[in-house]
Amino acid sequence: MSAFFQWLSNLTPLLQIPIIIGVFVAVVGLILFLVEIAPRRGRVYTIIRLAVCVAAPALILLVLESWIEAVIAAAVLGLLFFFLDMRSKEGAGSLFVLVAFLAPALLLVLVGLIIPAIQTTGQAFMNRNTTEFVGLDNFAWIFTQPQGLRVVLNTIVWVVIAPVVSTVAGLAYAYFIDKTRGEKYYKILVFLPMAISFVGASIIWRFVYTARPAGQEQIGLANQVIVWLGGEPVNFLAVQPWNTLFLIVVLIWVQTGFAMVILSAAIKGVPTEQIEAAELDGTNGWQRFINVIVPGIRGSLIVVLTTISIASLKVFDIVRTMTAGANNTSVIANEMYTQLRSFEGGRSAAFAVVLFVLVLPLVIYNAVQLKKQREIR
Amino acid sequence: MSNVAPIDLPIDEDTRQDLRRGERKIERTVAGRTKKRLTSRGATLAALVIAVLWTLPTFGLFISSFRPRELIQTTGWWTAFSNWGWTLDNYAEALQAGNSQLNMAGAFVNSIAITLPATIIPISIALLAAYAFAWMDFRGKNMLFIMVFALQIVPIQMALIPLLQLFSNGTLFGFPVIEGIGQAGYAQVWIAHTIFAMPLTIFLLHNFVSEIPGEVIEAARVDGAGHGQIFFRIILPLTMPAIASVAIFQFLWVWNDLLVALIFADGNVGPITKLLAEMTGSRGQDWHLLTAGAFIAIIVPLVVFLALQRYFVRGLLAGSTKG
Repeated sequence: MSAFFQWLSNLTPLLQIPIIIGVFVAVVGLILFLVEIAPRRGRVYTIIRLAVCVAAPALILLVLESWIEAVIAAAVLGLLFFFLDMRSKEGAGSLFVLVAFLAPALLLVLVGLIIPAIQTTGQAFMNRNTTEFVGLDNFAWIFTQPQGLRVVLNTIVWVVIAPVVSTVAGLAYAYFIDKTRGEKYYKILVFLPMAISFVGASIIWRFVYTARPAGQEQIGLANQVIVWLGGEPVNFLAVQPWNTLFLIVVLIWVQTGFAMVILSAAIKGVPTEQIEAAELDGTNGWQRFINVIVPGIRGSLIVVLTTISIASLKVFDIVRTMTAGANNTSVIANEMYTQLRSFEGGRSAAFAVVLFVLVLPLVIYNAVQLKKQREIR
Repeated sequence: MSNVAPIDLPIDEDTRQDLRRGERKIERTVAGRTKKRLTSRGATLAALVIAVLWTLPTFGLFISSFRPRELIQTTGWWTAFSNWGWTLDNYAEALQAGNSQLNMAGAFVNSIAITLPATIIPISIALLAAYAFAWMDFRGKNMLFIMVFALQIVPIQMALIPLLQLFSNGTLFGFPVIEGIGQAGYAQVWIAHTIFAMPLTIFLLHNFVSEIPGEVIEAARVDGAGHGQIFFRIILPLTMPAIASVAIFQFLWVWNDLLVALIFADGNVGPITKLLAEMTGSRGQDWHLLTAGAFIAIIVPLVVFLALQRYFVRGLLAGSTKG
């Protein structure tokens, strides 16, 4: 495997794309072919199944250059699986098909997400090289030292402000432009920042925030506006504690488009009869909005708020590109990376765990919702 | 994960119906229906202010990227008419700018080489799993599906360090299990993106795949098609539009990603976002480079986005089409 990738990396990048995709498509094609013929009756198909069951897991480990013991163990497990499949209730081959469809995704998730998450949790209680158990020291370090507290506090500020402001702005905009001429183009204008990477957005806003000393001509729009209004230019990214707010503006700028699109669809989904009935009752625009539209789109509002909350919790690129955490603007995700780069494995893992714990309530809420829904259906 | 996320949370029946009705209305108004003016003068004003506020920053960057270096440094872009002067030199210089291992032109190619496989591979694998979750019956299916779904909100920060150790040393829990693949080309980034895309992509594709009428699949089965043929001949063509909308998201995520690139794409395989972020740190006041560079980086997603906007909006509402 490593030899293959080594060979591949020596080709020009544009040649690598078709090769890797070609290899991948061939593998998927093979899986689909095997899946198609697996459940068929007859000696030939049984032998093919047996061969694949034993060879496939062994071959995968062999390609990954694992231990020879592991390869043999995988082959034996494959053999066991073959007999299990033979005796399965839905007929021979049914388990085979199921595993062929699910195994690639589930294995990736297991090896790449579940096991690493468990490992990270473990590392959070170890010292910097993961050689010694240190208990809660890393967490104590985060929560006792002013810098660490500031990081957690900043993250909370992000989560409190960004979702609310972008949702309100998105909702207002969606309502204002609802059913107007040129609605589509109005939408694109606010929607466009979503296609721009956080790095690109950060550069755009750094340019807006640039400051030149008072007296000189300003090149940043924000400071020019201040000067026009008769104020002194401000170095936006250095004034504490407001600089965090100026970073949050970037996220709001990006996420308002998301809120606007979802809420616009939701507003259009509110039954016209209800709005007309309210009109007949002599309500004004504002009353209709508060008493008919907002309750009508409550579900979508909650979804938008939660989605943006999760995005704000994990915000990394903006802080990294704008300030790299300088001047007390750091957030958990950024600090996690900074600690990783300074070889503080334990502290880095501890920050990751804190992030996870903050996201957890949302996970539980979602899982419960999904379960409820599946039971109804 | 990144800046754009579709509705990835389950929502209740009523909300879903409202959203779908709204979505249909959006598509209908495109066909041309009576439209009224903006609701009131105040609303018009507010909408205009928001639209202008949201567009100006990008517009300023765009204008500046074509102005000569000295003018960018001394005058605001809003004075471009009184300080006349345009040039393409910024772009020529930006494409050559970078660090000792990589310039921006190379990083642009890297971005393409990372993004295309990292879009196609995870979507194919997720589609296989989505099919199994939607159309095969097995014990513990719901449990497993909810588990995969819940995983999507485990921050990828939780997985970064151990995954890096697995790639470089082949170790799990500190015990070597495979030969590390090392720093060979794009392999690490491809695999990392594939893994991190899995939970959400499976969830979204499952929503689409399970919407195919059961009769179609039943008919194919009666005609003697196995799961392989059903997948290839029915699921794949019928869900193509849906796959396209998920693919756009994955494309934008990967192209715009910084965190995964910082960890897994070292040296000469770094994508353009990584190089730009680095340049912002090291040459933060060279606005002629940064404006042109930023524009080079955002032009591809902007074009993709504007060209495929319809799919994009559908993708945003994907989570709402079916729980």
